[in-house]
Order: sequence, then C-alpha cells, then structure tokens
Amino acid sequence: MNLNEWLRNNTFHHSTFWDLKALVEEKERQKTTISLCIPTLNEEKTIGKEIVIFRSELMTRYHLLDEIAVIDSGSKDRTREVAESFGADVYLADKILPGLEPKRGKGENLWKAIYQLSGDIIVYIDADIKNIHPRFVYGLVAPLIYHPDVKYVKAFYDRPLAFSGGVRPSGGGRVTEILTRPLFSLFFPELTAIIQPLSGEYAVRREVLAQIPFPIGYGVETAHLIDVYGRWGLGAFAQTDLDQRVHRNQSTRDLGKMSFGIMQTVISRLKTMGIMTDSFEVATVLRQFQVHDRDFEEVEHQIVEEERPPMIEIPEYREKFDLSK
Amino acid sequence: MEKGIIDILEKLPLVQNRIHELRETILANLVMIGEIPAPTFQEAARVEFLVNRFTESGLQNCSTDEVGNALGILPGRGGNRDILLVAHLDSEYDGKVDHSISVQQNSVSGPAVGDNALGAAALASLPFILEQLDIGLDSNLVLMGSSRSLGRGDIEGLRFFLGNSEVPITHGICVEGVMLGRISYSSIGLMRCEISYKVPEEYDWTRFGAVGAIVTLNEVMNRILEIPLPRRPRTSIVLGSIRGGAGYDTIATEASLRFEIRSESAELVASLSQRIGDIAAEVSANSGAEVAFNIFAQRKPGGIQFAHPLAVHALEIMKSLDIKPRISPSTSELSAFIDRGIPAVAIGLTNADDLGKLTERIAIEPIYTGIAQLIGLILAIDKGYCDEPE
Repeated sequence: MNLNEWLRNNTFHHSTFWDLKALVEEKERQKTTISLCIPTLNEEKTIGKEIVIFRSELMTRYHLLDEIAVIDSGSKDRTREVAESFGADVYLADKILPGLEPKRGKGENLWKAIYQLSGDIIVYIDADIKNIHPRFVYGLVAPLIYHPDVKYVKAFYDRPLAFSGGVRPSGGGRVTEILTRPLFSLFFPELTAIIQPLSGEYAVRREVLAQIPFPIGYGVETAHLIDVYGRWGLGAFAQTDLDQRVHRNQSTRDLGKMSFGIMQTVISRLKTMGIMTDSFEVATVLRQFQVHDRDFEEVEHQIVEEERPPMIEIPEYREKFDLSK
Repeated sequence: MEKGIIDILEKLPLVQNRIHELRETILANLVMIGEIPAPTFQEAARVEFLVNRFTESGLQNCSTDEVGNALGILPGRGGNRDILLVAHLDSEYDGKVDHSISVQQNSVSGPAVGDNALGAAALASLPFILEQLDIGLDSNLVLMGSSRSLGRGDIEGLRFFLGNSEVPITHGICVEGVMLGRISYSSIGLMRCEISYKVPEEYDWTRFGAVGAIVTLNEVMNRILEIPLPRRPRTSIVLGSIRGGAGYDTIATEASLRFEIRSESAELVASLSQRIGDIAAEVSANSGAEVAFNIFAQRKPGGIQFAHPLAVHALEIMKSLDIKPRISPSTSELSAFIDRGIPAVAIGLTNADDLGKLTERIAIEPIYTGIAQLIGLILAIDKGYCDEPE
C-alpha cells in the first residue's frame, strides 16, 4: 500500500467526529457495543476525573459507551475506591480468569479486559492523562464505526502551538524516535506511517484483539502493531490526532527499561517470522550504571517480556463468548 | 408562610437526592470548564464551551454578545417574569498556570475551581437537571456566563447585558461556587484603586531623601493607615497588594499599591478616595517620583431590605435545607443588579479550602444542597413569592 495514500485516507483529526449524535445513531444502527477499559496502577489522582468525564459525556449525554471498566493491577492507593465511587466497573486483574497463573503488567490488564468486557469494540485509555476529554474516546472509536475495513485505531498527538505552513517534522516521543521507528524502518517499513506507535490509547475490534498474543509488559503496543500488520495489513489501521496529551514524563532510565522490553518483543517477532534465527537467545537483564560516592555501580533489572496467548485460545473465553463450536 | 412556598420547601430534599444522582454531569462540566483558562478579558474559550452546552441543552437564543458574555434562554410557559442567573466566567489565572483539575472521592481541586468554575458548571448543568427533575417554569430563565467581571473587568459583562438587553429582567441570582450559606442581597460602596510611583529617567539620585519607589510607596501606606475611619457607617480600607523593584541590590524605580475602599456610605468612599489621592500627590511632590492614581472599579451601596420577600424566602429555603446562612454585603455582580433596581441575591454552592490558591479544593457532597437551594429559589421566584409587595 502506498504510504502517502494510507496517510491521506486513514489519518483523522478528532474534530472530524464532533457530531456525537450522528456517531451514536450510526453505532446503534450497526448494533455495535463499545467498552472502555482503563488499566490502572496507583492512579488515584487522575482516575476520578476520567470516569466522571466519560460517564457524563459518553454514557449519560450521548450513549456511545456501553461499559466503563477499570482493570487494576493491585493499586496501593485509593484508585479502585475512587473509580468505583464514580460508577466505573472495577476489577482486580488477578481475579479475572483466576485459574491462570497471575502475571503483573499493563499488558495483562489489557488482555484480561478482552475476557471481562463485553463490547464489540474495546477502547483502551491510559489513566494518567491530565487533560482528559471525551475526544480521547470518540476520536478513536469513530473510524471503526464509519469505516468497516478499519480494525485498529491508534491515537497520536500532534498539534503544534504555532505553525506557519510548509513542512515540519512530526513524531512521537523519545523511545519512538530513537528505537521503534528505526526498528520499523529496518523490518516493517510500512508501520513507520503510524505516527505514535507507542501511544497507550487505541480502539480495536474484539475479533482482532482475541486473535493476537499480548506481551504483558512494555512490548504490548509494539507487538500489536506487528501482529495486526502481519495478519491484516496496513489497511486495517487508522490513526487519529487527538491534539495534546498532558501526562507524566518518564525518566531516561525508565525509558531504557521500556526500550529493553520493546527490543525483546521485536526480536521474538523477528524469530517467529524467520527473519532472525531461533537459536539466538537474548538476555533478559538490563544493566544500567550509577555513581555511588566516586565508584561506578552496576544496577541490574530483570525484564522478561512474557506473553499471553491469543484470548481465543483460552477455553473460558470460548465458553463465555459461545465460540466452542 | 404561604402554602405554595411550603410545597416548594417540602420538595427540596427530593430535589437534593436527584441532583446527587446527576453528579457526573455537574462534575464533568466543572472539570471541563475549570480546565479552560479564562483570565479576565480572555474568557472566549470558556464562553464558547458554555454556549455550546446551552445549545446542546436546547436553550434558545444561545449566543455571545459584544463584550463576550455567554447567553441562553430557557423559555417559560408564558409567565411575566424573566429571571437572570449569572455566574462569572473569569478567573485570576492565565494560560501559563496549570489548570488541571483533580477529582477525588469527596472533593475536586484545582485553580479557581470554586470561584467560579463551579458557578459556571451549575449553570451549564441546570437545563439538564431541570429536565431530569421534570421541572417546568412559567418564567423565562436567562442563563448567563458573564465575562469581564473581576478586577479591572469591573463587572462589565453583566453591566453591558443589563444596559443593553431587551429582556426585561425582573429578578437576579448571582451564582457563586463558594461558600454554601453565603447570602448577599445588598452591596456596600466600594472603590478599587491603584497608586503607582515611577522614578523618572532624569531623577537626581544625589538629592536628599532619594530613596526609590518602594520607600515612597511605604510612606503613602503609612499615611493611609493613619486616616481615622468611622464605626458607623461601617468603613474600611484594604491594602490588597504591593509590587515593586527588580532585585536585591537595585533601588526600585517602580512600585505600585492596589487597595480597596469599602463603606456603607457612598459619600465616604468618595471622600476617602479624594483624601488618598491627595496624600499620593503630596508624597510625590516631596520625593520627586511620578505618581499615577487610577480607579478601576466602583460600586454604589444599596440593595433590597432584609424583609424583602426575595431575601426572606431565600433564607427560608436555606433553613429548610439545613444551610446555616451567612449574610454579608456583596461586592460582586450583585451591585450591577442593585444599580438598576432589580431585586437580586448572591448565593454560594459548596464549601472550600485553600480558597484563592492554586490548590483550591471544594467539597462534592454540599454541591447537591447548594444546587437544590438554587432550584428552590428559582421556583419561589417563578411562582411569584419573591415579588415586591404592591
């Protein structure tokens, strides 16, 4: 597929979908249901606001969402209490599919949401967005409602404060520009058209989510893109500009850990695709250094990108969604 | 007490409970309004949001006027009253301040969240609440998010509307986010002024007593504090803020003082202003610094009497909702109504901590009572119980 053509046809701005009444009418005509999943871990400062805005604007005022769920990794603060008090369905990740060995990580929550939530479309929104607005949901859901071929819609954030016209660079965060985009350029050039491959906000059709594996850690977003691309091609993707997203900034050291996890995920895909030999074993320890007094000290981080299999392979899921046949 | 008013009072606990159920709507409006920066004279984005809300709620004549007020009318069934509900939209914080609002289980915090994002959110939510409560009015309800209210704005938004609107407003309610229990139906006389000293370029720093603008200003402040003030009529001078200088080791070439003169007597406000102006000029003559004396806002004293049916019923409504009233004269929008002889009250909706700080925090639970109080007052006016006796 021609990248420029894809960018022209499959890249949207949220303002295109301002008419929520029309969007809800089309959703109801299609008899589609939509679930919102907010994965959390110690997000008491921002979770209340997200629930209040989405419930008021996208459930009460316009019935776009059928379900708002918080899937929590075991917060030590009052995240679950606050979310529940404002009417969200709150689940502890460990209690979903309790027969499975519990794992810790955002990807685990996203994966378990496929089992727990009922919507035909699941939209994932991070809990740490300070400038939350209904557009974060409707901007991602609308391309799925209006474009049947689109299966996976990714957010990007790209409105400059001032622009005089002409050409300007456009891109993602540090890990995207330093790691993910160069890796995609090497192995999956078409995926470079996705402006912010690591953004935590996306809306996906259930049938797609159920058929892809889920790394439980840092690599989940990257894995999704490679796997959906491998199976359905670039045409399955769309992306929506949601203007600005204000969130916590991560330290360079944390981004190092993230990059390490992403590298593991990409390498595992390269092996599966036969691009890299299966005999090559990657290490799972990230080594960073710090200076203590005048001595350099090594700090080791064990980071293993475990993966959950496609949900469709889980018997409980097949039973719940009547797929046993 | 008239039976009709008793009926209204009896309804209010139910209204309060129903408002609780609509909490998300109020809080969502509060967050979305509060996160739009709206320093005085730059309220346009907040105004646009509010007008859109009015339009979505099916109000009529949703519009902005030439000074940037947000307006919408909920038409009544044909009564002869036009009730204006006004909440000021501006705040003291510009766009450089982080306007993020945090919603906790029992409270909401952020800059100016109580004063007056909550007042504006109540207005934005009111049409939806009335619809959900199945409350229809005979009177026309004019909802207005006013611009240019604070500081140098000098209530220009509301003054403009009252001076130019063709809608014959019969009653006014000023909706303030804080504090629940606050009730004002009269205004005190007020004048907000600024004295600025500037040392001219050609200033002779070798002259005797050359001390710079800050010390000059200090001399003025000392002289103001020496002015004897009467107990009756109650009068005060509030020294609100001082600014001046640029660092540790440079004599200040500029300094300014903002202050407010308040009095139950308009004549006293005028004479004190004259006196302070004279002091400023005299000190200027002695020091050689250039002085500027500016008046930014003025209010005349006035308002309705304690026994006016609007004040009486407002207090009854508060009592029925277990709200402890704190009666105080207002210096806000109320005076624009008073200037035009329109009976009006100002009420608050909830309790707050850290008022005026970036961490301003309002309590969620009392908001239901605050809005129930507002609806009770609207109903009492609508049924004619707050009209002036013939």
